[in-house]
Amino acid sequence: MSGLPNRKLRNAGIAGALGLGAALALAPEALPQERRSGFEFMSRESQVLQQDDTSNPGMLWVAEGEALWSARTGASGRTCADCHGDAAVSMKGVAARYPVYFAEQSRPIDLQGRINICREVNQNATPLPYESRELLALAAFIGKQSRGMPITAGDDQRLEPFRALGQELYERRQGQLNFSCANCHDDHWGRKLASSVIPQSHPTGYPLYRLEWQSVGSLQRRFRNCMVGVRAEPYPFGSPEYVNLELFLMTRARGMPLETPAIRP
Amino acid sequence: MSEGSGSMGATRRDVLAAGAGCLALIVARPARATPESMASAIKAFVGEAEVQTGKVALDIPPLVENGNSVPLTVTVESPMTQQDFVRTIAIFNEKNPQPNVAVFHLGPRAGRAVVSTRIRLGDSQNIVAIARLSDGTFWSDSAELIVTLPACVES
Amino acid sequence: MARALINVPSKAKRGEIIEIKALVSHPMETGYRTGPDGGLVPRDIISRFLCTYNGEEIFSADLFPAIAANPFLSFTTVATESGRIAFRWIDDKGQAHLETAEIVVE
Ligand code: HEC
Ligand code: HEC
Repeated sequence: MSGLPNRKLRNAGIAGALGLGAALALAPEALPQERRSGFEFMSRESQVLQQDDTSNPGMLWVAEGEALWSARTGASGRTCADCHGDAAVSMKGVAARYPVYFAEQSRPIDLQGRINICREVNQNATPLPYESRELLALAAFIGKQSRGMPITAGDDQRLEPFRALGQELYERRQGQLNFSCANCHDDHWGRKLASSVIPQSHPTGYPLYRLEWQSVGSLQRRFRNCMVGVRAEPYPFGSPEYVNLELFLMTRARGMPLETPAIRP
Repeated sequence: MSEGSGSMGATRRDVLAAGAGCLALIVARPARATPESMASAIKAFVGEAEVQTGKVALDIPPLVENGNSVPLTVTVESPMTQQDFVRTIAIFNEKNPQPNVAVFHLGPRAGRAVVSTRIRLGDSQNIVAIARLSDGTFWSDSAELIVTLPACVES
Repeated sequence: MARALINVPSKAKRGEIIEIKALVSHPMETGYRTGPDGGLVPRDIISRFLCTYNGEEIFSADLFPAIAANPFLSFTTVATESGRIAFRWIDDKGQAHLETAEIVVE
């Protein structure tokens, strides 16, 4: 902490306003009609940034993904477009229903996982590292094709046990601070932590440009930030725990419009 | 429960504040521009000329949720004709390690003297915009803004 | 270097003042930030931006580390004639990224 007295004062006031010590009594989870995207908790400036494609920096990743979509890759020499054609048609609505059940491996996979399966199996290329610029760019480009469409994830009955595991993880207290995701996002959304408003953890905008990251990042990177925040050991990127958590949150957000590439502070 | 500061409530708050990487800890920077270094950067830009207040409008949100990206627009009142136009607009800050933010060079072909960009500010502070007109006069505006801190950042 | 997104109206009336927006992907590494190894991450910024309209400079900027990552600039120009608007971002090492847009002026 820089130790500037004015900042200390502000933080004390704000943390005090949240008063987490006494605030752990259970509050009912946000009702479906009360569901609010993180967009609503942002400043007007950040909202304008998200809505203007000519200044939203997330669009740089979308543009990169578009270029990668038609780049020859791997031993196959094939492009994504060779098999999938125009992404505006073939990828429309796709991101809105991920994670999906991947029968070959009897488990759910998220969009990044699906892209890497195509790289390995259909392009004979090495999978892209999680959180790499290319993988984020492809996911942002595919996500953008569903912008404005309602989230439809979780339809498949075979997903149910994994969704339940994700929910269990969301409600489990963890870390040195012994907080669950639900403690903050269901019981205290709309209140302030430091000077941030706690949003309702709906994964409506990923991958998204977070001002704090100065970059586009995935939903899993966001989970990591929150887990580090309560001093819990984060799971590795791509772990089944994170995919289950993504599945739980996406299922809970069904019907909410996708915002990719969104902006968050 | 590291920092006990008396009352139960305060202790709890400290736990949350200190324990959670959920409070951004802005890493101490090796150097910081001070109001004096801003003054000397301004001097380097204007020389001996007098800087008058007016003609320039610096539009910047008073409260910023993340200092990594702060939208800023400068508008200068000018007809932007061959005879009467804005040559340069310079932006300065008080507390970043360097006092200069940007210098924009424009001319009558701009039609209007309006420039926008996004800047980063490590802390709450005063921002100054100074325009040099074609007649050699300097005009300025300034704005005070508060930068709040993000929660749950990576450490 | 980078990927850029520019926004110039494809058509304009002669004499009309048009808004130009330019966004480029770049970390704008300040040189004041500590990396994972504890050392300072070396400075790497775009320090100069230039925009020309059929070869003549209409706007330029000197940028400092206080410009946000993925620098964004917007400014205006008078649509004088059909032709090419060119954008150049130059980094500390002198490497440049070039982008162009065509405009039809009626
Ligand atoms: C101590 C309170 C706290 C806990 C516990 C917490 N979060 Fe968060 N979370 C936040 C805050 C605050 C933000 C917003 C940060 C910001 O915008 O600066 C956030 C943001 C998010 C977002 C982004 C929402 C959006 O609009 O993009 C998601 C998703 C999320 N958290 C998921 C989780 C999950 C999953 C867990 C449990 C592993 C968790 N959080 C635990 C406080 C918390
Ligand atoms: C050799 C052909 C081929 C190539 C090349 C290819 N894919 Fe695929 N892709 C497929 C097939 C086949 C499927 C499975 C379709 C199904 O299950 O309905 C698929 C499925 C997908 C899906 C899931 C679609 C859905 O509806 O769930 C995504 C996303 C995807 N591919 C992205 C990509 C990307 C990105 C690339 C380039 C990096 C790529 N693919 C390259 C053949 C290909």
